[in-house]
Amino acid sequence: MGLTNASTGAGVLNHCGLHIEKETEQDLIIALAGNPNVGKSTVFNGLTGMNQHTGNWPGKTVVNAQGKYRHNGTNYIMVDIPGTYSLIANSAEEEVARDFICFGGADAVVVVADATCLERNLNLVLQTMEITDRVVLCVNLMDEAKKKKIRIDLPRLSERLGIPVVGMSARSGKGLDKLMDTVAALTREEEKKNPLRIRYGDEIESAVALIEPVVADVLHGAVNSRWVALQLLDNDDSLLRSMKNYLGYDLLESQEVLQQVAQARRELEAAGIPQEEFRDEVVTRIVKTCEEISRETVRFEEEKYAERDRRIDRILTSKLTGIPIMIAMLFGIFWITISGANVPSAMLSEALFSLEQPLNDFFLFLSAPDWLRGIVVDGVFRTLAWVISVMLPPMAIFFPLFTLLEDSGYLPRIAFNLDHFFCKACAHGKQALTMCMGFGCNACGVIGCRIIDSPRERLIAILTNNFVPCNGRFPTLIAIITMFFAGAVGGAFQSVVSTLMLTGVIVLGVFMTLMISRLLSKTILKGLPSSFNLELPPYRRPQVGKVIVRSIFDRTLFVLGRAVVVAAPAGLVIWVLANISVGDMSLLAHCAAFLDPFARLMGLDGYILMAFILGFPANEIVVPIIIMSYMATGTLTELENLSELHTLLVSNGWTWLTAVCTMLFCLLHWPCGTTCLTVKKETQSLKWTLAAFAIPTATGIILCMLVANTVRLLGLA
Amino acid sequence: MNRNQITLDQLPVGRKANVTMLTSDGTTRRRMLDLGVVGGTEIEPLYRSPSGNPVAYLIRGAVIALRSDVSKKIVVSVS
Repeated sequence: MGLTNASTGAGVLNHCGLHIEKETEQDLIIALAGNPNVGKSTVFNGLTGMNQHTGNWPGKTVVNAQGKYRHNGTNYIMVDIPGTYSLIANSAEEEVARDFICFGGADAVVVVADATCLERNLNLVLQTMEITDRVVLCVNLMDEAKKKKIRIDLPRLSERLGIPVVGMSARSGKGLDKLMDTVAALTREEEKKNPLRIRYGDEIESAVALIEPVVADVLHGAVNSRWVALQLLDNDDSLLRSMKNYLGYDLLESQEVLQQVAQARRELEAAGIPQEEFRDEVVTRIVKTCEEISRETVRFEEEKYAERDRRIDRILTSKLTGIPIMIAMLFGIFWITISGANVPSAMLSEALFSLEQPLNDFFLFLSAPDWLRGIVVDGVFRTLAWVISVMLPPMAIFFPLFTLLEDSGYLPRIAFNLDHFFCKACAHGKQALTMCMGFGCNACGVIGCRIIDSPRERLIAILTNNFVPCNGRFPTLIAIITMFFAGAVGGAFQSVVSTLMLTGVIVLGVFMTLMISRLLSKTILKGLPSSFNLELPPYRRPQVGKVIVRSIFDRTLFVLGRAVVVAAPAGLVIWVLANISVGDMSLLAHCAAFLDPFARLMGLDGYILMAFILGFPANEIVVPIIIMSYMATGTLTELENLSELHTLLVSNGWTWLTAVCTMLFCLLHWPCGTTCLTVKKETQSLKWTLAAFAIPTATGIILCMLVANTVRLLGLA
Repeated sequence: MNRNQITLDQLPVGRKANVTMLTSDGTTRRRMLDLGVVGGTEIEPLYRSPSGNPVAYLIRGAVIALRSDVSKKIVVSVS
């Protein structure tokens, strides 16, 4: 769940594309490239002091992020580009990476590589070197390699590649200074380097020689012409498209280029390399080169260096224990969240509501008009107090726990375990990852769907992301469960029962995701599941202290802040609606009365449905709105804990069925405003945005009606 | 097909083999190439997911999960 200031809420709507703001002309642009999950974002944060989201799973960074650092008087603008295995664009994020390296105007490219898997990483290094000479290789995770007794001869590596190589342990900050020095030296061109040029077979080299000069004439050095010649031979349409976008040339408009390409292809064909085998030839050459270099520079002193990971994986993904452990893990996190949140929640609400009387007195002292006191204290303050006391504790516990899990490398294993189900639903296996992101924030989940490169499956993942309750909905679910279901069982079992129910709700959400994905695959988004590969990264010990600080200050407070910003005006609106009467009823009562018959069919009431509608800007405020509405019409004024809230709800006609239906509708209704905007931006289509709105809503309405009327028919409530 | 030649999805867990041919095309083929799956590459199935598909393979030092539709299109020879 990619949640940071920059990536949550409206922040996700910025930060795309290649535009870079320089402060002065002397500022240098440094691109940060690398395979997925090699710690690029950690290096980025280390250099820039920013808090770009990090975690141990491939695909966190799906858009370019920018940051600055200053070194010896020069400003450097760092651009963290999405992780890719190669620069041959297969998916949206790979295209972003390639386009930035080609056309972003970077003064240097730092390729971050994983020391524990260097050979595979060298592929991207060599490909990058084909585009630009100004490459620095940053071998990250040297600490992990050391633990696994993998020795890397960095000087030899640098010699072989002909580019500067810096060893790094970004998590502990080791090597950052060296990297900055090296980048500075490279951009000043102090060191003359002689980057390794891969020579392909004679057939390919002579084909390239045919095309390169004419390409060079057209491009005037804007892009490396040898590399472009290779891509032309490979028939890479997306590169031509991008070139047209960024440079304004269409290479294929040049008759000369077309002729030479055709000629070169004929010659290749004659030499026994047909078009479809060209890529294989090129890649095989690169891969073999990586193999050679790696053999010379990497030594595995422990043959079974990954034995611990294998053993853990065998337990976490086995037939017998894989899925039970997954559910147990979910249960564990919720249990800690629920039982841990109770006490601080009660303390917070007591503290906040004890301020209500002094506030009232203050307004009395000012002899302010009663409506003003009503708006500020009964409207804005009360709503805020509720949002904070109900939301803060569970979030402050849930976020760090989830982040620990994320940092450890467990999320890709969830995708691995669940893949079969997604395959059955004709959906993409990585949808499990975007689902996990949805736990944090559905808008992030929707953005995260970029890791899925099949357009059909990506759309399915976007449309169903809302079936996973985001952090804004958790507190609502937890509060209702605690009031209506856990209360029945006393003592120690209370939190166990709550947790079981919450886990059940989540499992239902996942189930609905799969069902709807399947339904979509069989109807409006017909198609077969596409092939994909998923890397299961080595486990890493999470940095507990850092995780806690980061998730509380960066995620929790930010999300809470957003809720507060929305809740304050919402509180005001509710108070106004509740206190302006038309005829013998308040506006609020009128609206609720209008919605009531329909809401009753769904097992809710008019006020609840209206709270969901008014909660469109942010789901966090649904419960406070319900409370406000009841309080504005009822007689209860003091509300300090959940049991009093329970009394309020029951006196307004809530039964266990109302609670169940409210929870169902909370899980299954329209996405919040930010998520809708994000869907619009990601799909570029009003139609799909409406679908993203309508699908969960229809599901929720139908399910609620089904449950409510079945229960009523059976006379159970 | 040669006696020692099987598709990757048939290779039992723990048994190493070398790639002899990729029969996929288009994006799938490119993805395999990106991961360093070329002729001669050694691959070892490490573990199956709870339902048996996908399977996690050790490829050039990385653990990569592949669905059977992909591994069916990689021909390997068992030494």
